Amino acid sequence: MKTKSIILVGVGGQGSVVASRILGNLLLSQGFDAKVSEVHGMSQRGGAVSTYVKYGKEVHSPVVEKGEADIMVAFEQMEAARWLSYLKIGGKLIVSTQKLPPMPVITGAAQYNENIIDKIKALGVDTISVDALGLAVQAGNARTSNVVMMGVLSNIMDFELAAWQKALEESVPPKALEENKKAFELGRNISEKVKEV
Amino acid sequence: MGKKLMLGNHAVARGLYEAGVRVVSSYPGTPSTEITIHAAGFEREKMWVEWSPNEKVGAEVAIGASIAGARAFSGMKHVGLNVAADPLYTASYTGVNGGLVFAVADDMGMHSSQNEQDSRHHAIAAKVPMLEPSSAHECKEFTKLAFEISEQFDTPVLLRLSTRTSHSQGVVEEQERVERDMGDYKKDAEKYVMMPTYARAKHPKVEERTLKLIEYAETSPLNKIEINNPEIGIITSGTTYQFSKEAFGNDASYLKLGIVNPLPTQLILDFASKVKKLYVAEELDDIIETHCRKIGLSPLGKEIFTYVGEYSGPYIREKITGEKTPYLEFGEPIPVRPPILCAGCSHRSVFYVLKKLGVMVNGDIGCYTLGATPPLSAMDTCICMGAGVSALHGFNKARKDYENRAIGVVGDSTFIHNGITGLINIAYNRTNSTILIVDNSTTGMTGHQNNPANGHDIYGDFTAKVDLEMLCKSVGINRVVVIEPSDMAQTERVLKQELDANEPSVIIARMPCALLKTTKHKAALSVNEKCNGCKMCMRIGCPALTFADNKAKVNSTLCVGCGVCTQMCKVGAIGGEHED
Repeated sequence: MKTKSIILVGVGGQGSVVASRILGNLLLSQGFDAKVSEVHGMSQRGGAVSTYVKYGKEVHSPVVEKGEADIMVAFEQMEAARWLSYLKIGGKLIVSTQKLPPMPVITGAAQYNENIIDKIKALGVDTISVDALGLAVQAGNARTSNVVMMGVLSNIMDFELAAWQKALEESVPPKALEENKKAFELGRNISEKVKEV
Repeated sequence: MGKKLMLGNHAVARGLYEAGVRVVSSYPGTPSTEITIHAAGFEREKMWVEWSPNEKVGAEVAIGASIAGARAFSGMKHVGLNVAADPLYTASYTGVNGGLVFAVADDMGMHSSQNEQDSRHHAIAAKVPMLEPSSAHECKEFTKLAFEISEQFDTPVLLRLSTRTSHSQGVVEEQERVERDMGDYKKDAEKYVMMPTYARAKHPKVEERTLKLIEYAETSPLNKIEINNPEIGIITSGTTYQFSKEAFGNDASYLKLGIVNPLPTQLILDFASKVKKLYVAEELDDIIETHCRKIGLSPLGKEIFTYVGEYSGPYIREKITGEKTPYLEFGEPIPVRPPILCAGCSHRSVFYVLKKLGVMVNGDIGCYTLGATPPLSAMDTCICMGAGVSALHGFNKARKDYENRAIGVVGDSTFIHNGITGLINIAYNRTNSTILIVDNSTTGMTGHQNNPANGHDIYGDFTAKVDLEMLCKSVGINRVVVIEPSDMAQTERVLKQELDANEPSVIIARMPCALLKTTKHKAALSVNEKCNGCKMCMRIGCPALTFADNKAKVNSTLCVGCGVCTQMCKVGAIGGEHED
């Protein structure tokens, strides 16, 4: 098979490292070669971050470049817009409706772009938008929105639910497993409704 | 045992364990930090792991352990190797007893660094072999091989990593640890006492060793020729090999160099003779390319590839074939999202006060370097670990009139790393310099490592704790003041007082990092009806504060109730549950 690429984008601290670990464990359990590229250090402190997940028979570069991602998972609206060029033409976008204003917006030096999701859809991008933060709160912890997004993602990737659940168990601390399971389930269910619309 | 997804750094740590390494001593530095963190996860009775005060100490600890007969290791980032260069260059002369390996992680693209130096220059200058893995799997294998090479050729070995190699997870198969017998310690002054008489005898041996290493590089399985399509031949190494494979797969031929110093000659000539067009793809400097030219080849290298930043598969393909990957664009400018100080960060109020006072701020390396970014914008310089202290002395010697309006800012870990020597110089050579140690009780930016100033070792155990106040006093600083940086009025008063003083002084702003598990947070604050939309609170650049409909608003999921914004507000509009 040809190597597939997923790019996770968001703001440092939103949990992209854990999300990418879930994906990595899932893909390894399915017998793929996989590479997961993380972000550490300076760029993690509330900055724009991107994490790459690649899998296939043999993966070479750990990096996803412009026009290469089959799927983009965006944990924040503005970051979906910032990294949109990394999505392959014809690729799929899952975007959280959450907005986190960056410092230039906080200080009033810049404006947060309006109607980002509508504008992306208008470009013809196959888009699923989700209130991941709302669902995470419903799951019992606002910090599980990353796992809500993995639940949504599970609907558009061709793997058994049990494999996802096992990967989730391997990737989150045991004491946080229950709320993460709930978050995953809420994400997995909501997107089916979205697909029907 | 079995196959696991591992970070490149984690795989290096696994390699250390399997290779029977007994001593690991490193200073944290992105992207190298996780090697040592993961190494500390093994049984310490078999492999002792520690955070050292700086890279020079870490490298010297490893050298000592090697002389004692143990396999030993120190890991660092590229700029860390500059600090450890002194011991490295002479360890090259002494050679080793137990295998000795230093990992050095370059940061192409400067994801978390102050420069983009190519550490291969150090391998050339120190005349030591350097291996460069290209994947997590190779990280483990090359680490183990590095110890074999170290012992076989009696030399320290450098293991060159990069941000992508260190911070990418790949599939790694675990193996058992193999213990090695250290034998008895034998005194050997001619080998280990590097004074001129003995060192002169050593230098020719180092040159002979290089010739033997070149011979080894000619036939080592670490350097691999892959002949596919002979039209395009690419000489490459490390992650750039993976980028090249991504670009061309089996549509090109490759010479993958696992040993990047010294470089083979015959092998390269052999490869060149098998391909029609020869390219050298190497990030940063033109080291392989220069070698090719020296041996009479004319490859295409830096003529088409940049010296700057990271490469990628599409980049290499485009430079060689002109083919571009099409992509969509959002079509509107998007505000930048730079990294920022966290909500509740102890550095925020300090930098706001420094900005308010309008002083020249001689900065240093750490989370607090973010004090340079808007809206705080309160830093004039940031050079390297420790320069926040030493360079202020030079600035003040050159401009006496700044002694009362320039300050050096340095973190606790950075102060231990290299700041203390600069402070000794301030006292010894007499400037009325003022140094502010922002002590958040951790090495923050690299992910919260313990350090000698917080009284805990890498395992989290209690240990000797540097008393910063006593340390500063003991080097000849009479004025040492400790402040609580969350109290902005006190911070301002003390800063003014110490800047005005006619002798050197140290202010220690002590407040633990907001992200530490042991830091107790207060309830989130809220904005009441008194808010008049003056935006005073927006001047501190807190990510938990936003402004909408002419009012400030607190993001309760981010706010930790530090109360700095409460002190900024002139009309008492921010408080809520926070009452002190």
